Amino acid sequence: MPGTLSQAPPSAMAITVNGEARSLPASLPLSDFLAQAGLDLRKVAVERNEEIVPRSAYATTLLEPGDQLEIVHFIGGG
Amino acid sequence: MDGMTPAQDDSWEVAGHRFHSRLVVGTGRYKSLEETAAAIEASGAEMVTVAVRRVNLSDPSAPMLQDFVPPDRYTYLPNTAGCHTAKEAVRTLRLAREAGGWNLVKLEVLGPPPFLYPDMPATFEAAEALIKDGFQVMVYCADDPLAAKRLEEMGCVAVMPLGAPIGSGLGLTNPFMLRSIIENAKVPVLVDAGIGTASEAAQAMELGCDAVLLNSAIAHAREPVRMARAMKAAVEAGRHAYLAGRMPRNYAADASSPMTGLIR
Repeated sequence: MPGTLSQAPPSAMAITVNGEARSLPASLPLSDFLAQAGLDLRKVAVERNEEIVPRSAYATTLLEPGDQLEIVHFIGGG
Repeated sequence: MDGMTPAQDDSWEVAGHRFHSRLVVGTGRYKSLEETAAAIEASGAEMVTVAVRRVNLSDPSAPMLQDFVPPDRYTYLPNTAGCHTAKEAVRTLRLAREAGGWNLVKLEVLGPPPFLYPDMPATFEAAEALIKDGFQVMVYCADDPLAAKRLEEMGCVAVMPLGAPIGSGLGLTNPFMLRSIIENAKVPVLVDAGIGTASEAAQAMELGCDAVLLNSAIAHAREPVRMARAMKAAVEAGRHAYLAGRMPRNYAADASSPMTGLIR
């Protein structure tokens, strides 16, 4: 299927998400990446290169090659 | 506290948040999210601790804690469990604040296994950074009156000395030092970690602490929901006993029945 991550063109962009290497077909806004990942945006928080990305900035944050994303949520803990 | 406070008016406050339950519970180590929800409900807790972790991107629609323990019903207290440096703790709580909008947080910076004892130098460093960044910090700490006082003076909104190592269930291993911390504190004191059963929660409350924080004692009981009920009752009993003021200890008997009017 064209456009899937595994068949990304050579110009694909490599980023790291939660410690795992990922390849994106092209640069895209963080909001698009999160939507494609199927995440409920009200329940997660995102750090990009160790800086918090406020929810209000998801749409205007363009992912760049080498970006390191941490996407977290709340789980049970003591 | 005048010692005559009716039970229904007995509440405590931390950083402007008022609570009627003096039991704060963790949400970890349960068999399922359903069991988590049932145990927390039974405990009567109004504040729950939660951890911050990476989402599972391969299963983004998996049920989430918020669906079972709604943040509009319980005050979420995000923690820094698993953080061993000040930097990790600060990053974690900044993410928690973004995820939920909460400034009230539980800071814990832990030393290595097997004791996971609070790393106080790193805790001081993280507390300073968090307070500067606008957080209201409830801080897990050693049962050390000087450390607790220093954290209070730095601006922490509550100090939470351990009863015993996290998850150990050993109870209050140093009640004398806990009492010293309680007597000298101007901010709420919560005994956090180490409580294994109801009598130990009651004992913590009898020492005069403002609240008790526990997780494994409920989650690892054979019947967590029943133990949650026991903890609720124990915390209330311990609080009443503290307010009532225990009788003095005597080292000789003092008969309760009159010594007059005995048959001969």
